Amino acid sequence: MAEAIKVEIVSPESLVFSQDVNSVTVPGSEGYFTIMGEHAPLMSILKPGFVTVVQDKDDSSFYVGGGFVDVSPDGVSILAEIAKTSADFSVEQIEQEIENAKKQLQLSKNDEDTGVAQAVLDGFNNFADEVKNMKPSGF
Amino acid sequence: MASLKDLKTRIDSVKSTQKITKAMQMVASAKLRKAQEAAESSRPYAVRMGKVLNGLGAAYATRDDAPKLLSGSGSDQTHLLVVATAERGLCGGFNSSIARFARDHANDLLARGKNVKIITIGKKGNDNLRRSFKDNIIEHISLREIKKVGYADALTIGEKVIGLFESGEIDVATLFFSQFKSVISQIPTAHQLIPAKVEVDENANSDDVISYDYEPDEATILADLLPRNISVQIFSALLENGAGEMGAKMSAMDNASRNAGDMINRLTLNYNRQRQAQITKELIEIISGAEAL
Repeated sequence: MAEAIKVEIVSPESLVFSQDVNSVTVPGSEGYFTIMGEHAPLMSILKPGFVTVVQDKDDSSFYVGGGFVDVSPDGVSILAEIAKTSADFSVEQIEQEIENAKKQLQLSKNDEDTGVAQAVLDGFNNFADEVKNMKPSGF
Repeated sequence: MASLKDLKTRIDSVKSTQKITKAMQMVASAKLRKAQEAAESSRPYAVRMGKVLNGLGAAYATRDDAPKLLSGSGSDQTHLLVVATAERGLCGGFNSSIARFARDHANDLLARGKNVKIITIGKKGNDNLRRSFKDNIIEHISLREIKKVGYADALTIGEKVIGLFESGEIDVATLFFSQFKSVISQIPTAHQLIPAKVEVDENANSDDVISYDYEPDEATILADLLPRNISVQIFSALLENGAGEMGAKMSAMDNASRNAGDMINRLTLNYNRQRQAQITKELIEIISGAEAL
């Protein structure tokens, strides 16, 4: 069992997430990567994409619109200009984002772009499922 | 001497003024709480951003290949003053103290033969500075339509400032706002945006510095971070201003309510004295009339 790692997701408007987790996957500028406990100090720019934190067996994801990640011995700080959970989106917004992601996927020329666009699309598809599962029970 | 009826009208009018100021004070205190929360929740981001930037910037500040936003354009001829004030008045000396601070700064720069350009955020600062620096104001940004200042608003302003810097129209940018200390004290503050101020921690032990891996590399990260930092600074300044405005309004309205209370007391005393004087006068008239019979 890997050591727990403290993850904080901060946007300029609020502290979105702050907990000890098992691992966190972030959309680095050179591709997605996963950080686990006792990671070497690292600083990386983030692309728009999805941050996934894994906590025991649960995982939750956040949409981030660019920013950077600072991995230090004290923990992981993810500074994102936009950081949203699925609950922050409406169904229409997610559909809109899925459309955008599909367009982006068609426009992408090389494997790398395709991978990024696909990841964004998958993420929003997950969000769509979550929102659909969540909304009816709320009423 | 005002008649009894006049006094009565005045008392009523002061009373309704007091009602209004009391209501405004309560609204301001409710808004203050919200504004303070907003300012506080933006702090973690700004603090971490500052930490990372200081670490990276300190190493780069003295190098020749440092980004322009950090090292400056090599000149300090044209200064941009970004003056952030509130949209509304009735908050004591809040707006005028920021404007005065910025004006002193601008006059000082002009006296030294520098060029001054001004961007005002918020109507009150614009009104105030327009009187003396009509030709220096290059733009006015209104936040009137915005209920709650979001990061996106700060981002637009930040991009504007960076755009001006990159096109060579300005060399130095300074942000003026009011720092929120407490409800009764807001301190007008100037903060240099470009070139970025990096605080070098003199006491930092070389052992404390962690050697980071950078992805893609330090220079790219720094170049990505500096523009973001400007927007973040503007954002937190706007939030501090928001809290400060409400705090100032609260204490201004508290004062106004108290003054109105004093006035009502004085007027009521006057009213009662006159009323008694009149009664005494009438009694004397009746008595002397009865004696004459």
